[in-house]
Amino acid sequence: MSLNIIVLAKQVPDTRNVGKDAMKADGTINRAALPAIFNPEDLNALEQALRLKDANPGSTITVLTMGLPKAAEVIREAIYRGADNGIVLTDRPLGGADTLATSYSLAQAIRKIGNYDIILGGRQAIDGDTAQVGPQIAEKLGLPQVTYAEEILDLADGKVTVRRRLEHGVETVKAPLPCVVTVNGSAAECRPRNARRLMKYKYAVSPSEKAALDAARQAFVDERPYLQLSEWGAAFIEADPEQIGFPGSPTKVKTVENVVFTAKDARRLDNDDAQIEELIKELITNHTIG
Amino acid sequence: MANFYTDNPDLRHHLSHPLMRRIVELRERNYTEAERFDYAPLDFDDAMDNYDRVLEVVGEICGDIIAPNAEAVDHQGASCSDGRAHYADATHINLDACRKAGLMGMAMPRRLGGLNFPITPYIMAADIVSRADTGFENLWGLQDCAETLYEFGSQDQHERFIPRVCQGETMSMDLTEPDAGSDLQSVMLKASQLPDGSWVLNGVKRFITNGDSDIHLVLARSEEGTKDGRGLSMFVYDKRNGGVNVRRIENKMGIKGSPTCELVYKNAPAELVGSRRMGLIKYVMALMNGARLGIAAQSVGVSEIAYREALGYARERRQFGKAIIEFPAVAEMLSVMKAKLDASRSLLYECARFVDMYKVLDDISRERKLTDEERAERKHYNRLADALTPMAKGMGSEYCNQNAYDCIQIHGGSGFMKDYACERIYRDARITSIYEGTTQLQVVAAIRHVTTGTYRELIDSYAARPVKAELQAVHDRLVALTEVYSEAVKAVEAVGDTKYTDFMARRLVEMAGDLVMAYLLLDDANRNDSFTASLHVYVNLAASEITRHSEFIKTFDPAQLAYYTEK
Repeated sequence: MSLNIIVLAKQVPDTRNVGKDAMKADGTINRAALPAIFNPEDLNALEQALRLKDANPGSTITVLTMGLPKAAEVIREAIYRGADNGIVLTDRPLGGADTLATSYSLAQAIRKIGNYDIILGGRQAIDGDTAQVGPQIAEKLGLPQVTYAEEILDLADGKVTVRRRLEHGVETVKAPLPCVVTVNGSAAECRPRNARRLMKYKYAVSPSEKAALDAARQAFVDERPYLQLSEWGAAFIEADPEQIGFPGSPTKVKTVENVVFTAKDARRLDNDDAQIEELIKELITNHTIG
Repeated sequence: MANFYTDNPDLRHHLSHPLMRRIVELRERNYTEAERFDYAPLDFDDAMDNYDRVLEVVGEICGDIIAPNAEAVDHQGASCSDGRAHYADATHINLDACRKAGLMGMAMPRRLGGLNFPITPYIMAADIVSRADTGFENLWGLQDCAETLYEFGSQDQHERFIPRVCQGETMSMDLTEPDAGSDLQSVMLKASQLPDGSWVLNGVKRFITNGDSDIHLVLARSEEGTKDGRGLSMFVYDKRNGGVNVRRIENKMGIKGSPTCELVYKNAPAELVGSRRMGLIKYVMALMNGARLGIAAQSVGVSEIAYREALGYARERRQFGKAIIEFPAVAEMLSVMKAKLDASRSLLYECARFVDMYKVLDDISRERKLTDEERAERKHYNRLADALTPMAKGMGSEYCNQNAYDCIQIHGGSGFMKDYACERIYRDARITSIYEGTTQLQVVAAIRHVTTGTYRELIDSYAARPVKAELQAVHDRLVALTEVYSEAVKAVEAVGDTKYTDFMARRLVEMAGDLVMAYLLLDDANRNDSFTASLHVYVNLAASEITRHSEFIKTFDPAQLAYYTEK
């Protein structure tokens, strides 16, 4: 059985090795200091997609990413590993989106792609760490969702069986297709880039990247449809302007503060409900919990 | 998140050698393959960009997967049961990564499913893989058996076997037997031809690296009643046909992830490769030359990891209030390690380029008649490759053993414990100067290039290259040392006794090797300042070695030979 698989991927600043210059004075991320990478858990999701494709020859993997035009690099990286094609969803009005506007925009793009059997994405991106976009897309598309997936164990008869990694163990669930599966970082690492695909697709470009090439290179890309990546904008996905970008984002960042941990002397509590309750109230008041 | 290619700028330096332009142009038949294959390069820069990108993938797999698995593979090792050899668990993960990345059959032509890489970037991948896990390099590197099948097999054999290798099936070369190690003329494995013309193999092979591979090249006695090399032919055996079992695997000191098998052939069906009787005298010689270059690469990879482990430890370990690297005795050891590493790597890639040149012309000669110039070029590079292969394997493997020794020495007592990688490196290094011909046999292969003057010619051609003003003094010093070498050669030849020449052979070959490597480093430093320190350190080392050997030869009374030869 051949499947139409959509993989959601995001280009993110590499926050894993954050140095002193990672944040600007105004509290926003200094993207220039952090290399842009393929969000790690999206690579885990891609591997699950590739395994589905291995098991179901003739399947197609389409990678969808929303971001700046340079996010086309994520599409190429996915294609080097075995994805078939990709779409960069990029448009100025889509910028500044929070998870609600992002999931709306991606859901619109997925509707435009249509005819999908399964949508896979990473659990969360390492820049925002919200883990909201996947589930919100499922809600918007009216699809079942399986989160914290560690391995797709089986896909047959219109159902997918997934092992989930939970806090204290694992859980195996079955969901009807189509559905959204968000994949956990504990899932199998993504396979390496393939040498042949790397050489074949290294000149693949999105239309805005193509525009920056010289005429000879443009002609080279024009002659080879497999080098042409798709780039979609807000109008193409028929997005409601009120639901995308800044207007569509109820989340507003009030301020970003540097948190400096200042360890105080240890405090000893007795095994006494009143004292523990007192501590909990204190922690809620100073926003440590709650 | 380590990348063993991008973290080592020396590799890009060697990849960008001026001779590559010609090699790639020939290899890519003037870039005409792009019309038929969508992953073929359009021009030289495109091809070099391909090598660079693919080596980056190699570096990533090595840094992120193979190197982190090396300890587990070493501890678990390979095993044997029910007539089969089994890899350590993590070896399967390594192989799977290499297959998915399409790193098998790298040097095979595209029409057979390969990447059509020249030998030089392929050997660079071997260098990188060996740094990650020396034993795994064997399993991965045996893909160059496909080269021999490509050179001597029939078109039909090419089409049936080589695409499988490119897809990731593994190979082995079944040569050694209990009574035929270095002396392969004594091979007894029996090849019998059946009435229908097909062949079956019967007998035993021993010490076969990756002996339970998918596709074997086998040296067997096809001519009944013969006793020498001229009765041997080469066969290809497909594991899918059955007939070969693994009786046991060796319990080795190092490279434990690479199963070394004793094989029992019972009416194993096999196909003749090429012509009868040419098995040893032509095909195995070609096979061994390729394998020796592979071991030279493996050795450089060992030198690299030994140096890095030692350097890392020396910077970290504090004694007497400072890092031990600040003590001159330790710093000198590290400098010499780096110089040996750099020298052997420069020799490795010089040799790889020479092999590339003659092999690609050889391949072209199967498609069309070579011009007179091309024929002369092929002959020239073939001779140089023949001269440098035993030198690169012999001296490179000795250097990596020395570096592994010094790596432990720098670790002190901790190095003797199993807690650090250096003890594994030391064990893994040890085989490199033994298999595919011991260092002593490399000297046997190399000495004729001392006596016929191949090395001297090569050295003179290096000396004729202009160098930067600040390197002129080094150049002049090497010119003077070359005369010391030639005097020693003359002194040995003057005795006029083969036995005496054999006795002095290693000294002479090492002197030539010291000079070749010193000149290559001079060339490197001339192109790239980062080699300046290694150049000076190596030339000092070479000068003292050459003088030492010269002194020995000059003062040696041939009458004393008996003290060495009669026991």
